Amino acid sequence: MSAASSTAGAVVPAWPRAAGRPDYASYAVVPARHPWRWAGTAVVALVTAAIIWSLATNPRWEWGVVAQWFTAQSVLTGLAETLKLTVVAGTLGFLLGFVLALMRLSSSPLLVGVAWTFSWIFRSTPLLVQLLLWYNLGYLYEKISLGIPFTDVRFFEAPTTTLISQFAAAVLGLTLNQAAYSAEIIRGGILSVDHGQLEAAAALGIPAWRRSTRIVLPQAMRAILPTAFNEIIGLVKGTSIVYVLAYSELFYTVQVIYNRTQQVLPLLLVATVWYVVITSVLSVAQYYIERHFSKGAVRTLPPTPLQRARAFFSVHAKGIR
Amino acid sequence: MTRGLVEIVDVRKSFGTHEVLKGVSLTVQPGEVVVVLGPSGSGKSTLLRTINHLERVDGGYVAVDGEVVGYRPSRGKLHELREHEVLKQRSEIGFVFQAFNLFPHLTALENIAEALVYAQRRPKIEARKRALELLGRVGLVERSQAYPRQLSGGQQQRVAIARALALDPKVVLFDEPTSALDPELVSEVLDVIRDLASSGTTLIVVTHELGFARDVADRVVFMDDGVIVEEGTPAQIFGAPREDRTRAFLSRFIEPTFQI
Repeated sequence: MSAASSTAGAVVPAWPRAAGRPDYASYAVVPARHPWRWAGTAVVALVTAAIIWSLATNPRWEWGVVAQWFTAQSVLTGLAETLKLTVVAGTLGFLLGFVLALMRLSSSPLLVGVAWTFSWIFRSTPLLVQLLLWYNLGYLYEKISLGIPFTDVRFFEAPTTTLISQFAAAVLGLTLNQAAYSAEIIRGGILSVDHGQLEAAAALGIPAWRRSTRIVLPQAMRAILPTAFNEIIGLVKGTSIVYVLAYSELFYTVQVIYNRTQQVLPLLLVATVWYVVITSVLSVAQYYIERHFSKGAVRTLPPTPLQRARAFFSVHAKGIR
Repeated sequence: MTRGLVEIVDVRKSFGTHEVLKGVSLTVQPGEVVVVLGPSGSGKSTLLRTINHLERVDGGYVAVDGEVVGYRPSRGKLHELREHEVLKQRSEIGFVFQAFNLFPHLTALENIAEALVYAQRRPKIEARKRALELLGRVGLVERSQAYPRQLSGGQQQRVAIARALALDPKVVLFDEPTSALDPELVSEVLDVIRDLASSGTTLIVVTHELGFARDVADRVVFMDDGVIVEEGTPAQIFGAPREDRTRAFLSRFIEPTFQI
């Protein structure tokens, strides 16, 4: 470095150039052109414009009816039920999935076996069948009781049909199904963390629970989050399947309405737009949560879209002035 | 009070059918600096890892200041200790890894403070103060808020050493601390270890840096094929090795005598 600064002021002799070659160093640099990229962009822009145009101008979409029902009380109640199912089944599903993942990673063959069997059963049967089975559990077992197995001691006993409401069946089905999938996602995330991390934490005398929650999980999150958000977004729309239990979530609600008004497509659109809204909010959340967990994984965090926009405007504002 | 007496007695360890340690015995005095040399696969890393019970032993035992590590002797048997008892023992034995193993999602400061808060339950403010003090000791105070990936390899290893020192261990174990570093970064790490050697902490260093061994070690141990072949002062091992295997190993490292 000192050598460079000492020669900076001095006259540096020109590097001998091959005889006859022009002085390229004084030429301006021109970036390569990408005509096909421009052609592709034009085609996509045209198709997009056509789609938007038809959506806006075809009267059969009946946007007026969509607007009329979009914030109707019954639709909003259905929406709340959908969100409730998603939150409850998502939370319980991922918690149970975490436990199952830890079981799969334990060194007890029984725990591994049970966790594996759980995932196997719930991943290999259709969710629809699971939901109907839970709802009709009363047919298989008339009473549900809590007590000490193989004795007559009972702490609690109730008829199955009063216990398994539509909500309970929906939550049971969605949760157990979700747990089976999220167990694998979480297990994959945990496996992606270098074993040296655990060893270093163990060598420092950090307790096991703390090792999992503070050292392994935050690093595993980077692998878990993209797939986990896929699952949650899938779950938001997946809740619509509980319409088979006549559970009045968003999708069942719009079905009830269009059966009465015969405005099938506009009402399906109402539900669709709401699903799009939820997913969009989740996608934004995903971006920021992933960014949070990428701390330390990249040398410098990329700017958020908001920061980027602010930087863009501050630069261009200066240009205008 | 002298602390940091390490007794390794007839330690045996196999991975499957491969016997890695074939009855190794070694006593390291408090404050002594012992460098372990040997070809790769000679069992030196495994030996080091048995000292803080990162590796279970199949036979023999390790004791630090008279306390058997990882096991409780009772009625003719060594019963493996429960997790929290092992963790307590480990907090008195620092370990520096070849691959640093810093926690990438925590800053340099947090890496050091972590064990103080969660292994020793010290208040966070105090842990922070101690972490900064240790970063000062390895010359990295101004990098306290950097994440490991923003540091050079040499800096990362220095943070890892500070982290190993956080719990004020009786013994610090180094497992090839400079093997993952670019040549020009080796000396900054060795300098830190050299400082530590003069502080009176017991150090056991597995390394291939012969110059370092010659300068800093009180004693050099040469291992090959799961046994200690020979041990002695650096002058004795480098000047007049008694065993052929030691001589053969060292000859591969001898620098050409001419200089540019």
